[in-house]
Amino acid sequence: MSGHPVSRRQLVGGGLAGLAGLGVAGTAGVVAGRAQTRPITPDGTSPGSYGRPGLDEVVPFDGAHQAGIATAQQRSAAFVGLDLHGDVGRADLVSMMTVLTEDARRLSQGLPVLGAADSGLAAVPASLTVTAGFGQGLLRAAGLQQQAPPWLRDLPAFGVDRLEERWSGADLLLQVCADDDTTVANATRSLGRGLRSFADVRWVQRGFARATSLEAGESVGHRNLFGQVDGTVNPRQDTDELDRLVWVDDGPEWLRGGTGMVLRRIWMDLDDWDRLGRVEQEQVVGRGLADGTPLVASPDDPDEVDLDALDDSGLRTVPPWSHVRRARGDAAPGPQLLRRSYNYDDGPGEAGTQDAGSLFVVFCADVDAQFVPVQRRLDELDLLNDWTTPVGSTVVAVPPGCGPDGFLGQELLA
Amino acid sequence: MKTTTPAIAAALLTATALSACGGGNTSSDASSADLRLDDGVVRAADSGMTAAFGTLVNDGDDDVVVVSATSDAAEVMELHEVVESDGAMVMQQKEGGFVIPAGGTHQLEAGGDHVMFMGLTDVLEPGETVTWTLELEDGSVVELSAPVRDIAAGDEEYTGDMDMESGDMESGDMESDG
Repeated sequence: MSGHPVSRRQLVGGGLAGLAGLGVAGTAGVVAGRAQTRPITPDGTSPGSYGRPGLDEVVPFDGAHQAGIATAQQRSAAFVGLDLHGDVGRADLVSMMTVLTEDARRLSQGLPVLGAADSGLAAVPASLTVTAGFGQGLLRAAGLQQQAPPWLRDLPAFGVDRLEERWSGADLLLQVCADDDTTVANATRSLGRGLRSFADVRWVQRGFARATSLEAGESVGHRNLFGQVDGTVNPRQDTDELDRLVWVDDGPEWLRGGTGMVLRRIWMDLDDWDRLGRVEQEQVVGRGLADGTPLVASPDDPDEVDLDALDDSGLRTVPPWSHVRRARGDAAPGPQLLRRSYNYDDGPGEAGTQDAGSLFVVFCADVDAQFVPVQRRLDELDLLNDWTTPVGSTVVAVPPGCGPDGFLGQELLA
Repeated sequence: MKTTTPAIAAALLTATALSACGGGNTSSDASSADLRLDDGVVRAADSGMTAAFGTLVNDGDDDVVVVSATSDAAEVMELHEVVESDGAMVMQQKEGGFVIPAGGTHQLEAGGDHVMFMGLTDVLEPGETVTWTLELEDGSVVELSAPVRDIAAGDEEYTGDMDMESGDMESGDMESDG
């Protein structure tokens, strides 16, 4: 971008903070876990001094895959749906993705976007990731509809759906995640500003998740507002299974190493759910609420539900209409996609109900093959449907990651 | 955009009185290599004028004095500062140009010193890269480039004799707001 090679050290912002950053850059090291650490305070001497661990952690932006997918789930998220301006064509999209990529790269490193005053807001990276996905409309604007994977379209209409335009669809979807709400808010706003010559933000859906580390045990995933452990059957990080389920390895060339993403905004009737007893709630789900353990564990795997177990009267212990049975269907036990969901709670909604629920996020290589069958089974007969209503739905194709000199979507647009 | 007066740029060239500190002349090769722009950025604009910001870094052993700038992107370029005048912040040409001390930096920012592009020859859209040339006091030149971005900050009143309103700078932003 610049006429001169600019190293990451040089990218540290100007002024005193920048000089301090240069002085101590050599001390930054790799810490156990997902990220590098680097000093974040103006004097550069006391990383982590904000009192919570992890605020100075940096998740590398560049790579074969975009960050924010196989990345350990952060606590805070914003999903941003943008509509392209009517006159945006392929050349503009190259410019747009160049700007977006550079802005996201800088924010991930704890740097303000180019041209923004260094207010200090960006200085806490907190494992920030920015993940960009292309909707059907973006490929159409580029004149590249024929390059779209077959599943890049609205999901089939499900009977339970009550979709609203204000939460559905986007030409460009950004997933912004970090372990700090203020970091997410600043990144979301900064990115939207940088894109405003090309696209307008139509909706932002903010979500939160409990840090996995706060819950006992590695297998405990995200907990939704019913108290269910969501994504119990999820591929683990750094496994062949995750690679196989998530990353595209056939179809359009530009999407290899990318993935499909589904965002569903699912309203949950918390008040009515509360009226159920614990036993009823667990039967609806098919798992224990406290820790997500199966009502009856499979003899082969303590994390898997034994759907065939019978109780003393010969009836199935896990009811046929339970969520776990419907979700799995005839498929073999084990994960079929990667879930990375967040909760939302926007306070009182219409008619005195609470506007709260799940921002259900799925990553999978083939949305039609991996997600749609699951959703169809749940639509047909999942008791959980009595308490949940999908009100938003977006499907995007997430291009692969890029190198330090590249931009996201380069394989499609360049 | 009104026609610019080449006399301004010429006057700036001759008005420069500062000399490089540290004795010996800086060779053009050395000064070119020693001056760079970090975090450079140019404000998007449809027409009229715009500005470049960033941090000029002088890695050399001698002070560097920037006396003028040129670019294919603009009819005229000026080196500006922002000063208080009658309670308002106004921008004007900086006497003596920009001095970047040996081993030091010089901040170009909205509300402070910056490089002005006047009479844009084409639309500058976010995502593009703009290239311009700085001429140094010793006659050597440095080529710089920076990406174009939508930038909100910087709406100073211009006190030069060019017939421009500050609103001109906003034109690009205002239209893209729609």
